[in-house]
Amino acid sequence: MATTQGIDWHADIFSVLVGQNISIVTHVPDAGHGPLLKMCDEAPGIKLVTLTSEQDGVGLLCGAWAGGTKGVLLMQSSGVGNTVNALSLPASCRIPLLTIVSMRGEWGEFVPWQIPMGQGTPGVLEAMGVRIFRINEAHEVGATVEAAANLAFNTRQSAAVLLSQKLIGAKQFKEG
Amino acid sequence: MLKRRPSIKYLLEDRPSDLLAVSGLGSCTWDLSAAGNVPGNFCFIGAMGQAAPFSLGLALAQPQKRIVLFTGDGDILMSLGMLTTIANLAPANLCVVVLDNEVYGETGGQPTATAGCTDLVSMARGAGFSSASEVSRESELQELRDIIRNRNALHFSNVKVLSEALPLVFPFSFDGVTSINRFRDAAVA
Repeated sequence: MATTQGIDWHADIFSVLVGQNISIVTHVPDAGHGPLLKMCDEAPGIKLVTLTSEQDGVGLLCGAWAGGTKGVLLMQSSGVGNTVNALSLPASCRIPLLTIVSMRGEWGEFVPWQIPMGQGTPGVLEAMGVRIFRINEAHEVGATVEAAANLAFNTRQSAAVLLSQKLIGAKQFKEG
Repeated sequence: MLKRRPSIKYLLEDRPSDLLAVSGLGSCTWDLSAAGNVPGNFCFIGAMGQAAPFSLGLALAQPQKRIVLFTGDGDILMSLGMLTTIANLAPANLCVVVLDNEVYGETGGQPTATAGCTDLVSMARGAGFSSASEVSRESELQELRDIIRNRNALHFSNVKVLSEALPLVFPFSFDGVTSINRFRDAAVA
């Protein structure tokens, strides 16, 4: 069990996804989503789809919604940049899109190459009309993901939950 | 080399009611529109590279329906990674049909990679499609028509078509919300 401030917030996200009848989870693997990915992979009612690029998750979830099925896109902030033109599809057709983004390039970042896209993520999403729900504290996770999912699926909007690097914990690198 | 518009028309003539068709942006959307205004059609007018993932999501969500994607070489070349994702999931109800005219037709006919040394059938096989074929003669269209309607396994077909200047035929609406609402009703019915 991975916890922050004594709260297993990955499990809180998983509970919301199950409660929302999410049956397709698309992702490009990211350590920040690791425990959640494991739960989704083991859940009988969820199909976990590994993508080669985050943009494919946008189209895939739009097609799934057209077929009456709800899904979510899990990605790292660097992947947000890959989705930009794909976001035209849910925006043009007002298809609900829920994404949960694990942030890099902010709180305690070690790798300079993560800074540009990490810092650019909120602006890029806002420019494409995606509603942003940012989370810094573990106790906010469940309610915030629920709120974002409700907004996305009930009002047919694109919504992104940003899991801050403060919540996830800055990745530490050591040689050797 | 085949003529694209009569080819799509032939493939979809008297189509079964459980067949949903998706077209990638550009010529394939004009071709699909020319073949008939059907609620079970969804035509991309933008979002290049997204028709293939959309079709995969649809195929996963509606396993009882048959899904055919018509898209161009330019569109599929933008989302080649999707070939690997589709092949690994291998939905039995999906048929990917590329209409390969070897040019970017909407932008003035600049050559695509398939005009050079790139072979999409080999790429599909390499991605993991166990069934993939090239179609360049009218006599081969009949088999593809049967595959689209009846084969219970994933298939990829690269249809070599002429680069032609054809009149645009628009889908029933350019408005995405209008289009997807009608299509979704047909898809979930």
